[in-house]
Formats: sequence, C-alpha cells, structure tokens
Amino acid sequence: MISFLVSRLISAVIVVLGVSCLVFLLIHLVPGDPIEVMLGESSQLADREALRYTLGLDLPVYTQLLQYFSGLLHFDLGTSLYSKRPVVDLLLERIPATVELAMSGLLIAILLAFPLGILAAIRKDTLWDGGAMTFSLLGISIPNFWLGPMLILVFSLWLGWFPVSGREGVASLVLPAVTLGTALAAILSRMIRASLLEVLNEDYIRTARAKGLSERSVILHHAMRNALLPVITLMGLQLGVLLGGAVITEIVFSWPGVGQLTIEAIQRRDYPVVQACVLLISVAYVVVNTLTELVYAGLDPRIRMLGEN
Amino acid sequence: MRYWFPLGIFICWFVLASFGPLFPLMPDHIELSKILSTPGNDAWLGYDDLGRPLWDRLVEGARVSFYVSLLVVTISLILGTLIGATSAYIGGWFDHVVIRIIDIFLAFPGLLLAIALAGLMGPGLDNVVIALSVIGWVGFARLTRAQIMALKHRDHVHAALALGAGRTRIIMRHLLPLVLAPLIVEATFAVASVVISEAGLSFLGLGIQPPDPSWGSMIRDGTRYMLVAPHMVLVPGIALLLVVLSVNLLGDRLRDRMDVRN
Repeated sequence: MISFLVSRLISAVIVVLGVSCLVFLLIHLVPGDPIEVMLGESSQLADREALRYTLGLDLPVYTQLLQYFSGLLHFDLGTSLYSKRPVVDLLLERIPATVELAMSGLLIAILLAFPLGILAAIRKDTLWDGGAMTFSLLGISIPNFWLGPMLILVFSLWLGWFPVSGREGVASLVLPAVTLGTALAAILSRMIRASLLEVLNEDYIRTARAKGLSERSVILHHAMRNALLPVITLMGLQLGVLLGGAVITEIVFSWPGVGQLTIEAIQRRDYPVVQACVLLISVAYVVVNTLTELVYAGLDPRIRMLGEN
Repeated sequence: MRYWFPLGIFICWFVLASFGPLFPLMPDHIELSKILSTPGNDAWLGYDDLGRPLWDRLVEGARVSFYVSLLVVTISLILGTLIGATSAYIGGWFDHVVIRIIDIFLAFPGLLLAIALAGLMGPGLDNVVIALSVIGWVGFARLTRAQIMALKHRDHVHAALALGAGRTRIIMRHLLPLVLAPLIVEATFAVASVVISEAGLSFLGLGIQPPDPSWGSMIRDGTRYMLVAPHMVLVPGIALLLVVLSVNLLGDRLRDRMDVRN
C-alpha cells in the first residue's frame, strides 16, 4: 500500500510540475508578441518596454521560469494588470463560489444517475431502460451553454421559479447546478447500467438470490457495491469535465467563480490572472484525480497489489 | 429508423455546409423592419436582433462547424496516431516521455486549455482550429498507443521483422490497419465533441468574430433577447443538438457494428 501511495504521489507531482511549466510557457509559445496583444498595435514603444520590464518579460526565459516557480512556492502568482491587486487574493474571493457550484453539480449528477442507471439495468430492454438511455444520450449531446439558457427560459422567465442569474441564496444555485450536472449524470447513468449488468451475471448474485434475499438487498448490497468500482474511477475522471464545464456554466449564469474570472481576464488581456486561473483549475483536477485513485485502491485490494508488483 | 435518422441529419449538415454558397444567402443583410420578428409566413426561422435572417446565418454557421470539425479531427487523428504508434512501438524512454506529456495535457479539464490558448492567441477561426487540435491529438495518441502495445508482439509482426521490414513499414502496413476500427469510432465521437467545443469557444466570444455567424455566437446573441425572441436561442441550439446527437448515434452504431470495446 505504501509503495502504491508513493508512486501515485510522485506521478501527481510530476504532472503538476509539467502543468505549471506548460502554463508558464503558454505566453511564450503563442506566436506574436504578448505585450503587443495586451496593449494593442497602436501602443507607444516606451509603454511596451515599460510593461515588458514590469512583467519581467525582458529577462531570459530560464530566469523568468525560476522567478515563476519561486513565486509559486510562496503562493505568489503575481499582480493583476487590470485591478493591480495580488492574483492570489482575486482567486481566493472566487474559489468558494466555484467549489459550491461543482459540488452541487456533482450532487445533482449522483441523484439523477443512480436511480436511472439502476432502473435501466434491472429493467433491461423495457421502456424504462429505453427512456433512461435516451435521457443519457440527450444529456451527453446537449451543450451546457444551450441547456443553461433553455432552463432560464422555462424556469426563470416563463415559470418564474428561480432567479435568472447571480449568486443569492439556494434558489439561484439550482439552475446552474442542473446545467452543470446533466452531462455528468448522463455519462454516469450509462456507466452504472453497464457495470451493474455485468455484475448481475456473476455467481454470487445467483447465490444471494438462492438463499432467499430480497431483490432490493441483492441489488443494493451485493450487486451495487461491486458495480461501484468502475463508476468511482469514472467519477474522478469526469470531475475534470465538471470543472471545465463550470467555466461556461458560470458565464451563462453570471456566477462569480473562477471560471468567470478566467473569461473576464481573457477579455481584459490580464495574462497573469489567466495563467493563475488555468493553473488553479488544472491542479485542482490533478489533486481530485489522485485522491480518487487512492480511494479506489483503498476499496479494491486488487489495485494496490498491482501497484506493488 | 435506427440508421436513417442520424444519417439523414448528418447528410443535411454536410449538404448545407458544402453547397450553402450555391444558395442566394445573405447572412449579413439587415432588414430593419423585421428586427426580432419570429418565424412565420414571410420569415422562415425569423430574424435576429439586427434584422438578419436566421436561416441564412444558420447555413453559414453549419459551414463553420463542419469545416472546423473536419480540419481539427483530421489534424488530431494524423498527429495523435503517429505519436501514439511511434511511442508504443519504440518504447523505452521515448515512450515514458510521451506518456508524461499525454498526462500533462489530460490534466487540463475540458475546454480549459483551448480557452486559454484561444484567449492568448486572440479570436479567429484559424486560432480555434489550432487550439482545438492542440487538445485533440491526445485522445487519439492514447488510444493508438494502448492498441499498438497490445498488438506489437503478435506473430505477424515478428514475421514481418524477420523478413527485414523496417520500423516505418511495420507501423504503417502491419500495425495501423489493425487499429483502424477503434480509430474510426473515436474520430466519430471526436467530431461531436469538436462541434460542441467550437460553438462553446464562439459562445465565449473566443471563436469566430462578428459579423460571421457561428452557432455558438448565435446562441450567445440570442440569450439577450430570450423573453421577446426565444427563437434566436432555439434555432441554433436545436441545430447544434441535432447534429451532435446524430453524430453520437452514428458513433454508437459504428462501435456496435465494428465490435469495438471501449
């Protein structure tokens, strides 16, 4: 178990380092002069050089990289060009809103996916199954920047149940969470169905039935627990889709989170903030994914044995 | 029904995208008297907030999404397959480096890297294609690598090696043809995801620039007038949904037909 833990942690650290490097290099890899893009083509040469000096872009690349990493170690992500405030402060203001949205999206996805997936599996090839799988296909195919406006149209403008946008109270959370959670619910319910169907053919299910357990107990205690393993892995991976989707969902609902900050920063050409947002979201994803793998290994002894050999 | 619905939609999309310019379309023509008018007898699909005909803009948008997805999937497929196959066949430190690079690219969730790239490069269709290809190759590389790893110790490869075939020949003639079926299925799903991604970037204002229409930017424009003119969001949204749905359905059918396990 220890060696598995260490190997997972080392590889997570390597990925985080790589991600940080790539985010740093983004500004250098992109063709053209970033200063010119920030200030516009008609800017004065003196202004350009002044900004170049302020951002440290006149230094050799390796010096910049060193400064960048020593900044990261001190949680110093630079200063916003637009608001002149430390980027870390801007991020800290926005993180709670995004975490709240992502967690509610995940909750909605779980609440939708488990009943649908289980129903589809135990009533395989019936109308229930067809309905659940149609929902799943639709959920995968609906882009969240269209689902969001549609939900606003029906539930805010026509029915008036929920506010159109903003972040005030629980009611304002419902539509963004549904928008964000639907795609994940669709993928999860498919996976739960497939995984449960596979498990239901196992011998121990027949044994459980033969000893007279209720169908409910067979499904929930014997089948579901075993079917859950691949579902958990998928959930970890799909959390990334959730975090990525949060960017667009936050824009649709004017949700004041990290995603909205990212897009605002792009529109203002506030590159230090863009870099910090991208870095934060990706590192959060890597951390969540690594945690999922560890949980998975904790649940399934086969995985950690594999890691040791 | 199982094939005809998705195939029909797909063909409509293809025809509109390819032969759209043959119709007398005026996507940028402004008809002031028809601003925000809903679909009706004299206005098939209605007009937008500037008085431009939605049908004409929809057809132009179909062109954008079709060609962006065609380009991005082709570039990603070629790049990803070559990188994945070479990495798996050569193995050793080269393979380790490639795996790490793939892991690093996969660490950027969803569209995030494309959003950052498109944002830094500035908006425009070329930059959308570049940004989506930069994130697109990874899926193909990972798939090809896994498949070739499983195939490269087969007897026919050893036989080819014994006959003196070179590395390139073995990869191109003896390994890649066997990976073709899963690659085609993956490419189909990739088309659906690129269509959504392009519209998503345009929705965020990072894709195609006004006055040129994209389904994504049409949806964004429509969200401002939802109470008076819901058709501005409905029309491009339903088009987008139908295309993505039909491509996903075709992917499912192809996967069943070619017997590919995912």
